[in-house]
Amino acid sequence: MLYRETGQFKTSYRRDQAIFPIAQDRWSIGIIIGIAYLVIPVIANEYWLQAILIPFLIFALAALGLNLLTGYAGQLSLGTGGFMAVGAYAAYKMTTAFPDVPILLVLLLSGVFAAAVGVIFGLPSLRIKGLYLAVATLAAQFFLIWLFNRVAWFYNYNPSGTITAPPRTFLGIMITGPEATATVRYLVALSFLIFFALVAKNLVRSEIGRTWMAIRDMDVAAEIIGIRPLTTKLSAFATSSFYCGVAGALLLFLYLGSVETLAFDITVSFEVLFMVIIGGMGSIMGSIIGAAFITFMPIFLTNAPHLIGVDIPVDLAKELEAIIFGGLIIVFLIVEPHGLARLWQIGKEKLRRWPFPY
Amino acid sequence: MTEFLTAIFVTPFIDIASGPIFFGEVVLGGLMTGVMYSMVALGFVLIFKASGVFNFAQGAMVLFAALTLVGLMERGVPLWLSLILATGVMILLAFAIERTVLRPLVNQDPFTLLMATIGLTFFLEGVGELVWGSNVKRLDIGIPEDSFEVAGMLVNQFELIAALVAAVLVAVLAVLSQKTTIGRALRAVADDHQAATAVGIPLKTIWVTVWSVAGIVALVAGIMWGAKSGVQFSLSLIALKALPVLILGGLTSIPGAIVGGLIIGVGEKVGEVYWGPAIGGAIENWFAYVLAMVFLLFRPHGLFGEEIIERV
Repeated sequence: MLYRETGQFKTSYRRDQAIFPIAQDRWSIGIIIGIAYLVIPVIANEYWLQAILIPFLIFALAALGLNLLTGYAGQLSLGTGGFMAVGAYAAYKMTTAFPDVPILLVLLLSGVFAAAVGVIFGLPSLRIKGLYLAVATLAAQFFLIWLFNRVAWFYNYNPSGTITAPPRTFLGIMITGPEATATVRYLVALSFLIFFALVAKNLVRSEIGRTWMAIRDMDVAAEIIGIRPLTTKLSAFATSSFYCGVAGALLLFLYLGSVETLAFDITVSFEVLFMVIIGGMGSIMGSIIGAAFITFMPIFLTNAPHLIGVDIPVDLAKELEAIIFGGLIIVFLIVEPHGLARLWQIGKEKLRRWPFPY
Repeated sequence: MTEFLTAIFVTPFIDIASGPIFFGEVVLGGLMTGVMYSMVALGFVLIFKASGVFNFAQGAMVLFAALTLVGLMERGVPLWLSLILATGVMILLAFAIERTVLRPLVNQDPFTLLMATIGLTFFLEGVGELVWGSNVKRLDIGIPEDSFEVAGMLVNQFELIAALVAAVLVAVLAVLSQKTTIGRALRAVADDHQAATAVGIPLKTIWVTVWSVAGIVALVAGIMWGAKSGVQFSLSLIALKALPVLILGGLTSIPGAIVGGLIIGVGEKVGEVYWGPAIGGAIENWFAYVLAMVFLLFRPHGLFGEEIIERV
């Protein structure tokens, strides 16, 4: 009854093609964004911002990137961690070499570097498909991590082998470094996510997104109707790696502050892939919901015993966490193979008819 | 720059030519490691052929099997009984997986199934460590570690026995799949699920069988790897090492898993020893993947993989 489009007439093509054609969607998204910008910075404490919300926003951006590649263009990639590392190291090298360049520009440029690397490692996709390609992208993961570990130039010959985000300001506000407040970093991460989610949404409903989906659904058929597999697949790899690269740079500058290659190892790639699959392949909203689920669940599992008053030793908790995490993933795939985004859609359908279902 | 090019294109070959016996030893070492990779890859291929599932949990199964065996032995169960019990556990596991994971997910796309097996990986690792503890365990099954000399080359007895075990395993699998009724049913299911069910082959039984066989292969691989480097958490990571072997040989080919393993094993060792120093060392982590990728550029379905013919 509340969620119904009856009576909402579109009088122009512009209105008809809006991202959120239904007024209720527009309002609820507006309210969510409003809360994220105005309410959360006020009510959330340092721990919540730093340990939960900032990583969630950054990983949502990475999941968005992988979803463009895997969910929309159909190329399964396990090299996300590697591309994120490219972004982080590129941003670090740029901002230490040219301290005067605005930090936001550096973060965006680091995505360009990641995109270039992504295109190189995307080249095999022109010949290799499916699971073979997935394994081949692992080459990117392992090679890039090895490279950043081995070549001292990447971490400015720092004897500890770590890279540290230097303090940088933008318009007089401290954004990175130890003095930047969690609130500022949260707002920057949030703005990045919202901006790039909007870009992604518009990408996938424009020509380029439609060619990606055509390649995903059947590449031979797509080729026959005149879609170039070369440009389509490589543009998907480039865009996806750009997103992952920016996410990697944000991970260093806004969240961790100081990283070594371990922060981008293979488990990160799998984690982001989980976000995409649990959230829903081929759904922008799904990437964000999936990222929320995967970042919040381990924290919930660690804290749940305390909440109900049971105390279990740390190592036991770690093992139980792995068991529950693995089990939940299987359960989720069985209950809803198309991810949380699909559940969300079913929920909306139900709401539309509520309270008079037929 | 010239120095670098020399180090890559000239020096290694001079080294190989001037020390043929050492080169032989390196190749032999690579072959032996390759055999160990093949054993893990074998489990992957068996399951992929019969059920179309890319079983990422194979590495976790190797760890789980080895942990079960060592855990039993630590509690004073004799070796032969532990072996039988561990085999039993792996077969039970196959039943459980078929019932709880495969059956509800039948007919889903390969990505979803792959994800489910990654979930399974977490689950098995958690259960294994919960039941048997997470410390590094020594597995002693009484194979001597001594080396002896053949034609001037040092041969490790343990690795030789591992290779023999692998050869026996492959032979048994070959006989099983070529000569027995169940083997014929397995091949029929691998060929065409629907046609197999149409002629009355029970799909569920076949899946349980093939996961049990993969579990036993995992147990053998676990024993070999465990005896070599101790039973520990990192054992499940050898699944990552088996992946390039798998795609190099072709996802659907048992001989491919063996040949792929040997190529990767030798390539990795020779690359590390002769080309490693020139580009910074520790290249073992990614060399196998790049090698597999280069092969794939020429044969996109692996060396012996089934060519997928696409029709529109």
